[in-house]
Amino acid sequence: MRNALEKIGDQVLYLLEMAGRMGLFLLTCLKCVLLPPYKMRPVLSQIQFIGARSIFVILFTGAFTGMVLGLQGYYTLRKFGSEGLLGSAVALSLIRELGPVLTALMVIGRAGSAITAEIGIMRNSEQIDALECMAIDPCTYLMKPKFVAAILSIPLLTAIFDVVGIWGGWLVGVQLLGVNDGAYFQGMYASVIWKDIEMGLVKSLVFALLVVWIASARGYFLHLEREGGFGAEGVSRTTTRAVVMASVTVLVWDYLISAIML
Amino acid sequence: MNGNTGKKTLPEVAIELQGVVKTFGRQRVLDGIDLKVMAGQTTVIVGASGQGKSVILKHMLGLVRPDEGRVLVFGQDLSTISRKELNEIRMNFGVLFQNAALFDSMTVFDNVALPLRERTRKSDAEIRSLVDEKLKLMDLFGSESKYPAQLSGGMRKRVGLARALVLDPKVVFFDEPTTGLDAHKSNEIYRLFYQTQQQLGYTAVIVSHDVPKIFKLSDHVALLAQGQIQGCMPPEQFQLSDNPLIREYVETTMGPIYSSEKEEPGLHETV
Repeated sequence: MRNALEKIGDQVLYLLEMAGRMGLFLLTCLKCVLLPPYKMRPVLSQIQFIGARSIFVILFTGAFTGMVLGLQGYYTLRKFGSEGLLGSAVALSLIRELGPVLTALMVIGRAGSAITAEIGIMRNSEQIDALECMAIDPCTYLMKPKFVAAILSIPLLTAIFDVVGIWGGWLVGVQLLGVNDGAYFQGMYASVIWKDIEMGLVKSLVFALLVVWIASARGYFLHLEREGGFGAEGVSRTTTRAVVMASVTVLVWDYLISAIML
Repeated sequence: MNGNTGKKTLPEVAIELQGVVKTFGRQRVLDGIDLKVMAGQTTVIVGASGQGKSVILKHMLGLVRPDEGRVLVFGQDLSTISRKELNEIRMNFGVLFQNAALFDSMTVFDNVALPLRERTRKSDAEIRSLVDEKLKLMDLFGSESKYPAQLSGGMRKRVGLARALVLDPKVVFFDEPTTGLDAHKSNEIYRLFYQTQQQLGYTAVIVSHDVPKIFKLSDHVALLAQGQIQGCMPPEQFQLSDNPLIREYVETTMGPIYSSEKEEPGLHETV
């Protein structure tokens, strides 16, 4: 009994310690983002990595998400004779929920995991220690470009996802299933208001911060992982955990933001 | 023996550890470390694996904070200074890590140029000239566009040394500089170390297992055992020390080559 309590206490202390460490890491990174130096080249390189290289996967998933929404929405709305509302249903679902969430999940899978692995390997091979010993702040040198790039790229990727998704819904709803073209777009224009776009934007900004924070922090503190973050196995385990943690956190925050803003 | 020894009669203390205690989890790795590193000289820290030699180095570099005790670098206590002040002190440091810790996505040139680009306001031409000079010194001229993965272990160490020396540091730390290298490559690293120290006159702190070879380059040898420095003394004294732990270490690593005066009186008297 005492043993079990000790283990629980130990685990709670570890989680609190990790939360504190990650919280301080976020504050330090945000401070670095706001303070000079402002170097464009590393930021552009990260925008290319996080943003530009994710475009294909975003186009692909966006199109198919819109298409499946068009398909499902059409058969559901037809039961009530409201096929004309398809444009509105697809656009609202994408702009408020699916666009920001699925974009964030795609970026976690493509770039977030790579960020954790990259920083984790740098930690394991003493490259981060080397930076510190050269009086180069790892947060400014390594994290700042990633944070700025994610905050700029993820909302743009979300916008691309939304637009492609709406056209995917149009392709299935209008071109394949025969919904009226004018009704599709008119319904969308009538129902989507600025508040919906604002919610999507807020979500994508918050998710961008969560994704880059969790991915970077798990890599940065790899050496403090309880089960040992060393070696290839340690990096792979920590990367998996970072992906799971970031995905779950995005979904939790999705609910919280929706609850606050609706 | 290092050629710099005779240069200063009363060397200043560059780094001092006073009663440093460090615990990781439930393991007390350092249990009251007292050590002085003299400016312009070479201090070698030896000891069995897992004793915490690299942890001592990390304390000196300000990468780890002691649970108790003080780490003084050029008289400044690392635990009481600001981040900015710590970075100013670190501008005087050069470090050759055990695995060189090169940035694997950068070329040799970019690795060596990084401290100059990030920490100085030198022009591209000045940076190129300084990097070329250091690469030439390390016999690496012609390898500047290669990536670390394309280099041999010895070359990686030389790139690491070039990067460590590019800002002309006052103190250079070597963490197991010859681990994983064959005898020929090790000698090359030692030659470069000796040559650059003669040239630049830096203070060197070396963590090494390469006994007795490393003794030839050292001014002081310190043994870390049981969480404490068992003695820091010139290598000749170290090999003759009466401290049982030092004696055991010397005999384990070098064999019973030397005997103490106590055991064999008159052994070291000149005839």
